[in-house]
Amino acid sequence: MTTEVAVTEISDQIVPLRHVGRWVAGALVLGGVGLVLRAFAQGQIDWPVVRQFFFAPVLLKGLGNTLLITVLAILMGLALGVVFAVMRLSSNPVTQGVASVYIWLFRGTPVYLQLLLWFNLALVFPTVNLGFYQGRMVDLMTPFLAALLGLGINEGAYMTEIVRGGILSVDRGQLDAASAIGMTRLMAMRRIVLPQAMRVVVPTIGNEFIGLLKTSSMASAIAFTELLNRAQLIYFVNAKVIELLIVAAAWYLIIVTLFTLVQGRVERRFARGQSHEPPPSLRARMWRNLTMTRQTPGAGTRPGEDAR
Amino acid sequence: MSAETRPMLLAQNVHKAFGKVQILKGIDLQVARGEVLCILGPSGSGKSTFLRCVNHLEPTDRGRIYVDGELVGCRPHNGRLYELPDREICRARARMGMVFQHFNLFPHMTVLENLIEGPVRVKGESPDLAVPRARRLLEQVGLAHKEDTYPRQLSGGQQQRVAIARALAMEPLLMLFDEPTSALDPELVGDVLAVMRDLAQSGMTMVVVTHEIGFARNVAHTVAFIDGGVVVEAGTPAQVLDHPQFDRTRAFLAKV
Repeated sequence: MTTEVAVTEISDQIVPLRHVGRWVAGALVLGGVGLVLRAFAQGQIDWPVVRQFFFAPVLLKGLGNTLLITVLAILMGLALGVVFAVMRLSSNPVTQGVASVYIWLFRGTPVYLQLLLWFNLALVFPTVNLGFYQGRMVDLMTPFLAALLGLGINEGAYMTEIVRGGILSVDRGQLDAASAIGMTRLMAMRRIVLPQAMRVVVPTIGNEFIGLLKTSSMASAIAFTELLNRAQLIYFVNAKVIELLIVAAAWYLIIVTLFTLVQGRVERRFARGQSHEPPPSLRARMWRNLTMTRQTPGAGTRPGEDAR
Repeated sequence: MSAETRPMLLAQNVHKAFGKVQILKGIDLQVARGEVLCILGPSGSGKSTFLRCVNHLEPTDRGRIYVDGELVGCRPHNGRLYELPDREICRARARMGMVFQHFNLFPHMTVLENLIEGPVRVKGESPDLAVPRARRLLEQVGLAHKEDTYPRQLSGGQQQRVAIARALAMEPLLMLFDEPTSALDPELVGDVLAVMRDLAQSGMTMVVVTHEIGFARNVAHTVAFIDGGVVVEAGTPAQVLDHPQFDRTRAFLAKV
């Protein structure tokens, strides 16, 4: 009896748990970052050179080429990925086999090596005759074309697997329903399955874009004048190696950051009208993490939905 | 046989196995023009598989299925049956409508787009023809005001009625229903069954795999009980539902 009286005497308000660990960890991290910053500020880095070359037209031209080759290679990879994914899932063993070999070949060798192979194709085929084009391979296979083929075809092998995953995620009943209204397999794929598969695949494609943006720097090995290649050209002359690498790194980070923001926006757009709640924006997420004192699993999902 | 007396659906000795498991062991059934056949049976008995064989979503191993006198999925030649190419099977399929347990509406298209997809893309009809028909069908299933919504925003019962309209938009000779109310909340079943009853009364030939005994009793001309891959018994609803001849039928009816 006495315990019940005691319970009613105190307030119902529950004081949230104080997370001391978070504050300690935060202080440690801040201190560590401070030390690293101090080290770099005092190290032998010519910061004015970084500032001087940040907007240098030569570098900006390289940045433009990096973006161009990335966008073109992603588009090429996507086109190849869709075609080969459909082939891979076809009931025809020949097209299935062709798609498997394509993935095996281009996913199984380094991109760097593939770029070198395309660039040096003239050693195998000195002349080309495409009907509409006849001439020497060295004239045709410019660094740009070699980079596009190397990156695009390699990306296509990865995209094939991504798109295939997307297609497999579409409910089997969709194909049944499409067949039931008389669609051929190919038409059902094009009109019904692929549009639904692409929605699933969009976030992954964003990821691939970021990956490819950085992988494209390997094309500097075949003299394609992208961002890193331009940075190297400059430091070969002025010997400011670290300074120019910092500039290049900053530009890559800027592009990736901008793209990540765009990607979040695109994803939320695609999620609209879907049953799952759109992922919160970065700001909303940060605010929630800072303000929330207690986090239970599944918080933030609507009732009846699985916590994911 | 003349076009009038020829059965709309004639299935003879239909066999189907998945791997080593024999699902259908010789199904014989027929449905006359304008009549409704309800297929009952325990789960796993092969009734859904049979329905999928009728429009060749599953290729049969043996036996023949005729729809309106035309062999489905294969062609007799030199005393044997040869499987037809995909394109010709698709043409045969377009003559039958099918309604699925899980509706299978196309989620990336509006209700109206779902309805005109088949007529426009498969039959090559002009939208001028397909859209008014689609609107008429939506009115028929009581969803005229929903043409611009997406399937996800509809209740299960509404989705199933759209699915029926989508199948009807192809102007089929025969409608196949694969447990059309099994995935619905109990209070939504009535609307769908009412649409199906109206359809039967308008003279559509229908094959309905269902667990709704009441629907079978009131609407079906013939009820068939399938178990273990064979038709155990078939007859009028009064014969099969009220005076079943076999223990297996009696045992099943006692449970549902």
